[in-house]
Amino acid sequence: MPGFAVKAERDQQVKDRVSAAFGERISGMEQERDLLCIQVRKEALHDLLRNLRDELGFHFLTTCCGMHFPGEAQEFGLVYHLHNMRAGHRIRVKCRTTANDLEFQTATDLWATANWMEREAWDFFGIKFKGHPNLKRILNMEDFPAFPMRKDYPLEDPTRQDKDDRFFGR
Amino acid sequence: MSQQPPTDFWSKDLVEGRDLRELTTLNLGPTHPATHGIFQNVLTMDGEIILDAQQTIGYIHRAFEKIAERRPFYQITTLTDRMNYCSAPINNMGWHMTVEKLLNIELPDRVQYMRVIVMELARIADHIICNTIIGQDVGATTPFLYVYQWRERIYEVYEEICGARLTTNMGRIGGWERNWSDTVWAKTKAIVKELPASLKEFDNMLLRNRIFMDRTIGCGPISGERALQYGFTGPNLRAAGVDYDVRVADPYSGYNEFDFIIPVGTNGDTYDRFTVRQEEMRQSLSIIRQALEKLEKMSDKTTFRADVPEWVLPPKEEVYSAMEPLIWHFKIVMGETEVPVGEVYHCVEGGNGELGFYLVSDGGRAPFRLHLRRPCYIYYQAFPEMIKGSMLSDAIITMSSMNVIAGELDA
Amino acid sequence: MSEQRGIERPRPTIVKAPEGHSGEGFFATRVDQAIGLARANSLWPLPFATSCCGIEFMSTMSSHYDLSRFGMERLSFSPRQSDLLMVMGTIAKKMAPVLRDVYMQMAEPKWVLSMGACACTGGIFDSYSVLQGIDRVIPVDVYIPGCPPRPEQVIDGILRIQELARNESLRRRYSKEYQDLLTKYAID
Repeated sequence: MPGFAVKAERDQQVKDRVSAAFGERISGMEQERDLLCIQVRKEALHDLLRNLRDELGFHFLTTCCGMHFPGEAQEFGLVYHLHNMRAGHRIRVKCRTTANDLEFQTATDLWATANWMEREAWDFFGIKFKGHPNLKRILNMEDFPAFPMRKDYPLEDPTRQDKDDRFFGR
Repeated sequence: MSQQPPTDFWSKDLVEGRDLRELTTLNLGPTHPATHGIFQNVLTMDGEIILDAQQTIGYIHRAFEKIAERRPFYQITTLTDRMNYCSAPINNMGWHMTVEKLLNIELPDRVQYMRVIVMELARIADHIICNTIIGQDVGATTPFLYVYQWRERIYEVYEEICGARLTTNMGRIGGWERNWSDTVWAKTKAIVKELPASLKEFDNMLLRNRIFMDRTIGCGPISGERALQYGFTGPNLRAAGVDYDVRVADPYSGYNEFDFIIPVGTNGDTYDRFTVRQEEMRQSLSIIRQALEKLEKMSDKTTFRADVPEWVLPPKEEVYSAMEPLIWHFKIVMGETEVPVGEVYHCVEGGNGELGFYLVSDGGRAPFRLHLRRPCYIYYQAFPEMIKGSMLSDAIITMSSMNVIAGELDA
Repeated sequence: MSEQRGIERPRPTIVKAPEGHSGEGFFATRVDQAIGLARANSLWPLPFATSCCGIEFMSTMSSHYDLSRFGMERLSFSPRQSDLLMVMGTIAKKMAPVLRDVYMQMAEPKWVLSMGACACTGGIFDSYSVLQGIDRVIPVDVYIPGCPPRPEQVIDGILRIQELARNESLRRRYSKEYQDLLTKYAID
């Protein structure tokens, strides 16, 4: 199967230690293709990330992105990809929240790189981060009125008048 | 209140309660001759020394991630070209590998070695731009004019393979669109044979040049720990002393069968970034040489795609003459084949570091979510920290040595 | 050497002279044609390079395709000192005010060259953040299609700008038509 070499032993080790330390606050742990994926409840997210970084060696934050699942109860989410370079082990952490409680704890105190990643999540999805030093829009204009990566925001430029709907499959 | 002249000119509390420095605010960008791309830095300066930088990016935000939610997989390749456009084939191959990972397609060795050749050519092309532009920003214009010619030679190889020079849209999910012609092999061998001499000239011009060394050593340094904290990857991280290379850590496309060195610097300053890239170009040439040898030894000289009819577009001659390929072509283009539901994360070693694709598929023709882990976006955050305390001209060189490509920064 | 191989090579000329009367030590022609000749062959471009087209422009500038053959030796990044604004690459809506400022800072006569599909019409990026063509904010003289256009196409575009510069009437910038054009773009 193409992909990263599955480190079954390490995955099992992480699974055991994380479930021992967090118990009920983890909502799920499953193997998605070649990466172990931990679903965590919002309150425990920051603690889990700290635990992974300090105790389990995941010292590198590869990326953090927002997700929008329209129609589901837990509409918004965050996905972190962490990397333990010394052991060559990667892991994915997911966390969901509802639309009216759209705030997570910031990870900038754990990794300096989370700064702009969280700003991007704010810009695109409207996900707030408690404790972020500078939560402003980063890629869109400061006064942009909406959160464009949400599924209900249209992709195309609304000011164009030259598009014929017949040809655009609408 | 003491009125004696200050002994330490740069210290803040020179006279009790008064800050005698005159701070200037200088706007650097977004249109500026020396910034490679459009991003803005508002610098707070004390004379010539930079104290702080406020960054504004997003001047070329093209909403790749949003557009990708509306395009079938094979159309997203054209978007990936335009991220790090100096080394477009690496982005293309990275995307193809991500989709192949999702669809569980195994590639024949020959296809993988061909991909390696193209990716390493792209890496050389990217480093040529970065290093010659460092030279130009320092004041040495000659390398840019002479070594840039090699990019034209690499473009000729790209043109022969896929028809385009810069934004290549090269290859297909599952391999290549056609077998490479003899010209490709001849031109690649010519590059491998002749580029080292040019690189040696380039080295002679700058590497032990007293002026260049004085300018770049100690300019914009960053330590290994801070670099890892900031998510650095690629030549910038290797210059800071950490030997992390995705080709070695998580090999893809047959890289584990190749023998190459990862050059690593010590201080993480501009000189180290320059020398790391110089050496990487040589290592890339060595990898291409090895790949050419491997391909020479293989008896199979015709395979150019994986044998997976549900996902790999059949050659046009077959589509126009036989029934099955016609049906497969229709199904693939119209999106009638079943895409598995799932998520994958795949990364390749781009010209600037770990270029990652996080693809979430819900079974539809287009991805549900595609997140691009763009190395430039991630490491550019560290720029204010790297230039704090240095002079404006040093900040310019630091920026150009980091190889910030605006397309990848904003996506 | 070309004589040895029997190849007929034309004598290189620098520029084609306009029509006029010439004699011993003088050449008389119309003022606007002389000025047009000078302007066309010494345009100072401002490379407003934002993305991939900028790299193709770099290829056009460097020795293989050599744009300085056409008089574009001196690139200026200061709008006050340039004649030709070459917009190369995608212009996002965030960047559009900056582009307008740069255009307004240029002195007349000025020409605008829109290189690449993104600058002409928004290109493949039909999205909320990309300006669908720079002619929504500034008037454009020549459009070069392509994604990115080959250096030969860029040179073709430059030659057309040179044609425009060569044949432009000296009163054009004061004419009502031109003033109306500027008013349409809210530029005074």
